[in-house]
Amino acid sequence: MQKRLVLDQTQIGITISRFCYQLIENHDDFENTVLLGLQPRGSLVLDRLIDRLKEITSKTVLHGYLDATFHRDDFRRRDLPLRANETKIDFLIENKKVVLVDDVLYKGRSVRAAMDAMIAFGRPQKVELMVLIDRKYTRDFPIKPDYFGRQVNTLESQYVSVEWKSQDYLEDSIWITEKSLKN
Amino acid sequence: MQAFSVRHLLGIKDINPKDIETIFETADNFKDVLNRPIKKVPSLRDITIANIFFENSTRTRLSFELAEKRLSADTINFSSSNSSVKKGETLVDTVNNILAMKVDMVVMRHSSPGAPHFLSRHINANIINAGDGTHEHPTQALLDAYSIREKLGEVAGKKVAIIGDILHSRVALSNIFCLQKLGAEVMVCGPITLLPKHISSLGVKVELDVKKALQWCDVANVLRIQLERQQIKYFPSLREYSLYYGINKQLLDQLGKSIVIMHPGPINRGVELNSDVADSEHSIILHQVENGVAIRMAVLYLLAGTK
Repeated sequence: MQKRLVLDQTQIGITISRFCYQLIENHDDFENTVLLGLQPRGSLVLDRLIDRLKEITSKTVLHGYLDATFHRDDFRRRDLPLRANETKIDFLIENKKVVLVDDVLYKGRSVRAAMDAMIAFGRPQKVELMVLIDRKYTRDFPIKPDYFGRQVNTLESQYVSVEWKSQDYLEDSIWITEKSLKN
Repeated sequence: MQAFSVRHLLGIKDINPKDIETIFETADNFKDVLNRPIKKVPSLRDITIANIFFENSTRTRLSFELAEKRLSADTINFSSSNSSVKKGETLVDTVNNILAMKVDMVVMRHSSPGAPHFLSRHINANIINAGDGTHEHPTQALLDAYSIREKLGEVAGKKVAIIGDILHSRVALSNIFCLQKLGAEVMVCGPITLLPKHISSLGVKVELDVKKALQWCDVANVLRIQLERQQIKYFPSLREYSLYYGINKQLLDQLGKSIVIMHPGPINRGVELNSDVADSEHSIILHQVENGVAIRMAVLYLLAGTK
């Protein structure tokens, strides 16, 4: 196996719609809920979610983009420091229900760092995690998603790539690829 | 991420434009951090930094210390006035003793040009030059260029006049290197006695008339007269200097255009800059101070993270 399709454009659309209805079910009118996309790739999922939620509910849910680069635990353990992305959160999350949104959940270290970074904006009432792809049996931390699109079994040697049409790919799709083939 | 091309920040001369751009982009992120309710990130939590100041400093030392604390580093401070340097210890011995306490980075200010370069050949820690005599003051130049970029959108193509005591200024030299690397045009202006003889060999314009310099430039970076470094008299009196080179509101009003006024501090009000200019809407002096913390955080972060 060199490259295997996990979700195609239609399936991603269905998953995003399902996420929206699950969120509506659990968060009613989003009065006390904010969605935070984890930079850089979770933000692309968040944008899709926000657009779809607007189609369904006719309103824009309060949302922001969270970058956790400065909170990562692998600083000085890589050859180069990671490039940070913009954090754009124009509100406090004190006492809010927060839904963290990312594309792929792997080791759980990014999510841990994100929760650390998130606390700088207040003490949330509750935090949930939403991911498009949950790579099972790969976690380094006791973190599991509250909402997931698809669970997949993968090897260390594999990589899950999420391709978005908005990033000049032919269409939205998610693939499992051998790392050796990645660029 | 773009690799940082150096292990130490000894001078702007040693780094390339891509390094400067990487520092600016990282500083953008840290500036955002500094405007949050909790202004601290844990990136450097396992790093110890020694701030070694063999020369007086208020702004730079505080700015570095704050940057280090915002990054969660442990810091120790040293100033030569109350240390064993007075008892005859050499620079390498002093620093090696500090490093024996497991220090990872050294921020050093020294009155001798080249002192941090010398140190970098003898010790293993990352070194950041916080000013070495009349040579370089790289973080000041970075924060100056960053402040211009913030105010005017970009540095490339802008005309910057550095006005005042160029001869004794490490800020001037670092600024010239930094601004030129970013594509700005640079002019130096001051009394002939305070301009280094061959300064034009650095590719800068030289102007003796401050009015012409102000007319030419988009940004005026006004420097302090460094009396503490002047062993002889370079001009008759401060009053006369102020008369010919002091910048006041009247002078700016005559220009018919708006220029940005910068100053690395400390300001001698009424000498190089009048209060009606220093506190006016033209001045971005306090922005420079604010940006200094973000720039120093970026430099510390990038150097600490580069193996």
